[in-house]
Amino acid sequence: MRIETCYFCSSRIYPGHGIQFVRNDCKIFKFCRSKCHAAFKKKKNPRKVKWTKVYRKTVGKELTVDPSFEFEKRRNIPVKYNRELWSKSVEAMKKVETIRQRRQNLHIMQRLHKGRELEEERDIKEVKRDLSLIRSPAAGLKEKKKQEEAAEEQEQMYVDEESNELEAEEMEAN
Amino acid sequence: MALYNFKKIAVVPPAKDFIDIILSKTQRKTPTVIHKQYKITRIRAFYTRKVKFTQQNFHDRLSQIIQEFPKLDDVHPFYADLMNVLYDKDHYKLALGQINTARHLIDNVAKDYVRLLKYGDSLYRCKQLKKAALGRMATIMKRQGANLTYLEQVRQHLARLPSIDPYTRTIIICGFPNVGKSSFINKITRADVEVQPYAFTTKSLYVGHTDYKYLTWQVIDTPGILDHSLEERNVIEMQAVTALAHLRAAVLYFCDLSEQCGHTLEEQVKLFESIKPLFTNKPLIIVLNKTDIVRLSELSPEKRAILKSFENDANIPMLEMSTITDDGVMEVKLEACERLLAFRVDQKIKTKKVEGLLNRLHIAQPKRINPNRVPCIPESVLKKRQIAAEKAERKRKLEREIEEEMGDDYVLDLKKNYDIEGDQKYDIIPEIWEGHNIADYIDPDIFEKLNQLEREEQLREEAGMYDYKVPELSETMREIKQLAKQIRDKKIIMREETRVMKASTKPVMPRTAAAKVRDRSVAKLKEQMEDLGVDMEDTENAHFKRTRARSRSRSEPARKRMRLESVSQSRARSMSRPPRDEMGVKDVTMKTKLKNIAHKALKKKIAKKGLKGEADRFIGNKMPKHLFSEKHRVKTLIG
Repeated sequence: MRIETCYFCSSRIYPGHGIQFVRNDCKIFKFCRSKCHAAFKKKKNPRKVKWTKVYRKTVGKELTVDPSFEFEKRRNIPVKYNRELWSKSVEAMKKVETIRQRRQNLHIMQRLHKGRELEEERDIKEVKRDLSLIRSPAAGLKEKKKQEEAAEEQEQMYVDEESNELEAEEMEAN
Repeated sequence: MALYNFKKIAVVPPAKDFIDIILSKTQRKTPTVIHKQYKITRIRAFYTRKVKFTQQNFHDRLSQIIQEFPKLDDVHPFYADLMNVLYDKDHYKLALGQINTARHLIDNVAKDYVRLLKYGDSLYRCKQLKKAALGRMATIMKRQGANLTYLEQVRQHLARLPSIDPYTRTIIICGFPNVGKSSFINKITRADVEVQPYAFTTKSLYVGHTDYKYLTWQVIDTPGILDHSLEERNVIEMQAVTALAHLRAAVLYFCDLSEQCGHTLEEQVKLFESIKPLFTNKPLIIVLNKTDIVRLSELSPEKRAILKSFENDANIPMLEMSTITDDGVMEVKLEACERLLAFRVDQKIKTKKVEGLLNRLHIAQPKRINPNRVPCIPESVLKKRQIAAEKAERKRKLEREIEEEMGDDYVLDLKKNYDIEGDQKYDIIPEIWEGHNIADYIDPDIFEKLNQLEREEQLREEAGMYDYKVPELSETMREIKQLAKQIRDKKIIMREETRVMKASTKPVMPRTAAAKVRDRSVAKLKEQMEDLGVDMEDTENAHFKRTRARSRSRSEPARKRMRLESVSQSRARSMSRPPRDEMGVKDVTMKTKLKNIAHKALKKKIAKKGLKGEADRFIGNKMPKHLFSEKHRVKTLIG
């Protein structure tokens, strides 16, 4: 008993699930569900159908080339059962699996990072060009004016005081 | 046997039928349609074909007759003589010869007429020529009528002749009439020859077959022979004589001791003496029949003396027999067969062929067998056998035997003979782990590879590949993001609004619509501007309503406008006309009333004309025939 992969979407097919098609040249096509089978019957190319795993790999959405993929393989070499070998292999499997998972995640994160940068660029561009849609250029002009006026007044006051002081000092000095 | 089978000769039709057959065949197998306007060459060809075809058919049919009838010179002299006796050789030859000449004549006639047909210049003449040709052929055939009927009779008789093979072992039975020849043949063969108590019951040759020493023997029964000269013999007797003369066979001469046949012993001996020349060089046996009445030993001495001449000849055995009591029948048969066989063998040895045959004969003797001969078995085979024997010894105990030994304690253990060490063979081998096949990971190199991978992973970690964290956004960036979102939302709303506006397919200004109220107002403007973030306070004194005059070139005002009478009057907005059904209608009550009246009028019209509705303008028949077709005009003769 083994878990097969779907010919179309490359998902896992657990025993008792899915359907098989044997072509007249003896090639066996296994499908995980009627959706995949129907797509195959319509002669859809799994590389061009977006929801398949192959599509994601061909378009570069997922990690394709990595040494961690070299572990799981049909080797077609019969190996005699050995308890130790088996238990160790299961341990190794777990390790391999974690590493693989990690690398795949990294790949995705790196890919998404690029998107983030682009997004920022686009935001900046948008704000530069169309800010007037939400905020008038005239907004806050008056306030500014007022503030400026107020600042001037204060300065004036300050200058006045200082001059007064100077005068006073002068007076004292005189 | 096959050589002299006259049963296959085709039927010879009488002259009239013959002509009919041939002419109808011509009619059926040649073209029949011809017209005088055809080309003359075609007409000639048509008739020459008929003539030639008829001639060919006559020729074929006649040649068939000539070929199929046996030629007297070719057949065995026995048959030739027999046919001479039965049908008269001269007559037979003459008939066939005349048929042959008729054939030639027909050929010549056809040749002549074909030549003449070449000069036929019309259909009529050609036809006459053909007619003449066929007529002449027919008359020639008609003249052969007698010959054809004769040949037909001969054919029928020939077909009924017994099929005698002149070359096989044959026994001929002869003697006076009524001495018991046919009774004897009935006894030893299955030929069912008629037996009656009067002379000449048998009028022709009869053939029967009997078996002896796994061989077939032909027995010929002949009609009785009377004792007179050859010239006086009739046809029936002559058949017997020809058979005796030409067939190399054992001859049984039958005598009747009791003389009940109507001929005395003397006569019988005399006949024997007279036809003795026919028996030369043939094994001969004298059969004394009817011993149930008188035996040879019971005969009176005078009669015994008559038979003395028979007894003198040592070569000719004399046998007693009775066909009624079956006494001595088999002895006669055996004796005849034995004698004939010995005679034939003797004859054969005298020929040259035998020497050649004897030279080729060789009698092989098996060699003496060596007692020490041992079968030779190759070494490889011996080895194989040894291995097989060892295997047989090593044979495992059958599970069934074990079960019988242990009885109820037996538990079926299928895994016991697995080629796996220790008790591991009883392990439940895991196959699947989290959606992966464990078998796919089983590989002796996997651990090494895993080590390498882990090392690489460690290097990666040290290089800080996995330390990546999403960078925190700066304050300004966050603001920008916020603004961008707002802008986008705004854009979407604007886009939707324009879309809705454009999507409407209604007329821009429906008749019924009230004049559009301009929704521009100071309040709204203020609101919008405040949305956009402009401070709209202290605008009480602002002149939002008054438009500033547009800058314009200072030219003269347009002439037309100047002509208007009331320049001061402001232009009024044109009033649109009311809908037609509301023109001149005072109020709503009147409107409904009018509507009802119109409806009724309409209904009346529709009902009357059978329309579907107000808009039904259907005309069933656009061009009714009675309105458009012309009436029959009377034909007038002109002139």
